[in-house]
Amino acid sequence: MKLEIGRIYIKDIQLGKETSVIDGVLTVDKQGLIDNLKEDGRIKDILIDVARPGEKVRIIPVKDVIEPRVKIQGGNNGFPGVTSKQAQCGEGRTHVLYGAAVVTVGDIVGFQEGVVDMWGEGAKWTPFSKTYNLTVDIQVVAGLDPHTHEETVRIAGLRASEFIGLAGENVTPDEVLTFEIGSMFEETTKYPDLPKVIYAEMNITQGLLHDTYIYGVNQSGILPALLHANEEIDNAVISGNCVAACDKITTYQHQNNSVIYDLYAQHGKEINFLGVIMVPEHTTLAGKVRASDYTVKLAKMLGADGVVVSEEGYGNPDSDLLMICKKCERNGIKTVLITDECAGRDGLSQPLSDTAVEAVAVISGGNVSHVVTLLPADKVIGNAAAIAVLSGGWEGSLLEDGSMMCELNAVIGATSEIGFHNVTCRLY
Amino acid sequence: MSDSFKVLYYVNQFFGQIGGEDKAGIPPEFRPGKIGPAMGFEALLKGEGTVVGTIICGDNYFNENKSDVLEIILNMIKEAAPDVFVAGPAFNAGRYGVACSEISKAVAQQLKIPVVTGMYVENPGLDNCKAFAYVVSTSDSAGGMRKALPSMAALASKLAKGIEVRSPEEEGYIARGMRKTLIVEKRGSQRAVEMLLARLKGQPYETEMPMHVFDIVTPAVPIKNLSKATIALCTSGGIVPTGNPDKIQSASAQKWGKYDISNKSALNAPDFYTTHGGYDPIYANEMPDRIAPLDILKEFEQEGYIGKVFDWFYTTTGTGTAVNKSVEFGTQIGAELKAAGVDGVILTST
Repeated sequence: MKLEIGRIYIKDIQLGKETSVIDGVLTVDKQGLIDNLKEDGRIKDILIDVARPGEKVRIIPVKDVIEPRVKIQGGNNGFPGVTSKQAQCGEGRTHVLYGAAVVTVGDIVGFQEGVVDMWGEGAKWTPFSKTYNLTVDIQVVAGLDPHTHEETVRIAGLRASEFIGLAGENVTPDEVLTFEIGSMFEETTKYPDLPKVIYAEMNITQGLLHDTYIYGVNQSGILPALLHANEEIDNAVISGNCVAACDKITTYQHQNNSVIYDLYAQHGKEINFLGVIMVPEHTTLAGKVRASDYTVKLAKMLGADGVVVSEEGYGNPDSDLLMICKKCERNGIKTVLITDECAGRDGLSQPLSDTAVEAVAVISGGNVSHVVTLLPADKVIGNAAAIAVLSGGWEGSLLEDGSMMCELNAVIGATSEIGFHNVTCRLY
Repeated sequence: MSDSFKVLYYVNQFFGQIGGEDKAGIPPEFRPGKIGPAMGFEALLKGEGTVVGTIICGDNYFNENKSDVLEIILNMIKEAAPDVFVAGPAFNAGRYGVACSEISKAVAQQLKIPVVTGMYVENPGLDNCKAFAYVVSTSDSAGGMRKALPSMAALASKLAKGIEVRSPEEEGYIARGMRKTLIVEKRGSQRAVEMLLARLKGQPYETEMPMHVFDIVTPAVPIKNLSKATIALCTSGGIVPTGNPDKIQSASAQKWGKYDISNKSALNAPDFYTTHGGYDPIYANEMPDRIAPLDILKEFEQEGYIGKVFDWFYTTTGTGTAVNKSVEFGTQIGAELKAAGVDGVILTST
C-alpha cells in the first residue's frame, strides 16, 4: 500500500467570501461553511471564529480537533464510512492543510470536553496551541437526546474539515511524504534481519462520548482489527469520545498518529513495521480478557518481536493495557507501553490503577492531576464558565480576574497516551 | 548577617557531643548555636544562613517517649521559628534514624517548615519521612559526613530561599515518591520507539514509570447474621442529589459526600443523578439505582433479609481519583461507619 501525503503549509487563516489557499493563507468562506453545516436540521446555529498561535485566546469547551484534508487520488474524499461512501483509505494521494485545524466547540454534552489556550502557560500544555484553529461553535436545536447531540457535533466537525480541506485540491504541496509498506511477506523478504514490530492502539469504546469509529464502525462491537499502517493516517479512524480531554485521541491525532509516524520512520532501517491492531477498551472483564487475548494472538500470528501499546483514558483501561503487556511478554514479545498517570494533585499517589511486574518499559505522558493556572484571556471562544463542570475543573476553577485553575485533565491533548505531546513525569 | 536565613539543627547525644550509649537516655534540650555536625553545616552555607540553635536528644529517650518528646521538640522548634529545619545525618543508625524521621515528618506536616535530613538508603526511618523531608542519600556510617553535609546544606539553602529543588540525581536526595510533571524535548511516541529499539537490541533503557507494589488489605470477618446487620450503601459512581450540593468533582475527586436516605425507598431520577465524568451517564441518570441500588437494599430490609439499611449514603467520583485520595476517603468513611455500628457495606464502582 502506498500513500502520498502532500503538506500545504498554512501560515494564517482569514474569514472571507470564498475558500482558498493562496501563499499559505487559508481563507474560509464563512457563510458558505455555515450554510453547509446547517443543512443538518439538528443544528440551530453555527459560529465561526479563528484562533491563532500566540493570541490571548481561550477555546472552551472543546469537543474534537480535526485536520482539514482533501483526497486527490484513490479512495474517497472525507471520512469514508462516516461522511462519504465506503472506500479504501491509505492509498493514493491526500493533501493536508498542514498547520490548520478545525476545533469544535458548543454546548457541553459531557464532562470530558476541554480547553485550548493559544498563548502563555496554557499553550505549553496543548499541542493545539501551535495550529491555526478555525473554531466551529455548534448550537443544536432544543430537545435532542445526548447521544444525538454528540453525533451532531461530531459529524459537523468532520464536515467542516472536509469543506475547508477542498481548498487544497489544486494547490501544489510544500512537501510530499510517501508512506509505503508492502505485504508482510514482501517486507520480511526485503528485511529478513529486522525485528518485526506491531503497534497496538487501544481506543476507548464505552458509550456516550467514549466511542471510536473505524470506517464508521463503532469499535465497541468488534474484535480487535488489524489495519495497514497507512489507513489511520488517511482518515479511516475518527474520535467520538472525550474520555478526559487530556488523553483523548482527537480525530486530528488519529490522522497524525505519532506512534505510526515514529515507527514508520524506522521501517526498513531498524524495524519491520507490521501494522496497527486497533484494540477496543471494553467496560466488562470478559471484554478486556477477550480483547487482550485477541490482540496478542494477532501479534503472534504476525510473528511480532516487539509491540508498542498505547492506552486511551485511565482507570479501568489500565487493566487492559497491563493484560496485553503481560500476555505479550509471556509470549516473548517485548513491549513498550505508553500511558499517563493519576498521581493526584500532589503527585504522591501511585500512577496506575493496576500493576504488573512485566511492565518494565513504560512511557509516561504526565500526571493528569497536575494543576496549572491559566492566565486571563483577552477573548474566550465558547463559554469560560464550562470549566466548573469539566473533568479536571471544579466549582471555583474560574477565578474572578478570568484566570483559571485546573488539572491537566481539562487541557486537550496535554497527557497524550499516543505520545503526541512532550510531557512526562519523573520521580522526585 | 541580619538577612541570613535561620536554621535549627537536631542531633542525638553522640553527635551532640554529650556521650555515647550511656547518655542515650537524656531528655531533649535546646542549645543556642551550633554543635557537632551543625558547625560544618553552617560553614557550608557560606554566610547566607545561620544555625540559631541545636536540639539534642538521647536516642533511647526519644524512642521510649515518642509522643511526649515529639511535642516538646515541636515546641522548641516553634519558639525558634527557623526558616529550615535540619536533622542528622543519621546514616544507618536505627534509633537515630527513627528520631530524625519522626521529627522531620512532624515539622514538615504540622509546622510547615521545610526539612532536610540525611540517611543511608536502608535506614528504617527512611520510608516514614521521605515524602515530607528531603532525605540526602548518605553512606552507612559517619565516615560519610563530609560527603553528606554539602548536599544537605545546598538543599537547605534552596528551601530557605524558595529556589526550586531539582531532581534527586542532581541534588543527591532520595526520591520522595513524587511524580513530577515535566515538559521534555522529545515527544512520547519518539521516546517509546527508542525504548523499544533498545529493548530489541538488548541495550540498557530506563522505564519512565516503575510499577507500583499493591497493598494487601485483609478482609473483614464475615457477617454472622445478615438479618440483624446494618448495611451501608457507598459508591464511587458519582451519584449525588441533583444539583450536586457539595460540588463533588466530575473527575479526580477531592471530596466525598453523604446524604440522608432514611426516608427514601430508592435513588430516583430526577432527585439524583451522576456527576461522574468517566462513563456514559445516560442510563445512570435514567435510574440512579443502576449505579447505587438503594431500591433493592430497601426491599431486602423489608423482607428481613438484612436488618437495616444505614441512614446515610456515601458517594464520590472514582474516575481519575488518585489512590492516595481514595485511601483517605475510605479511611474517613470507614471510621464513620464503624462508629455508627454499621456491619457491612455495599460498595459499587463504575
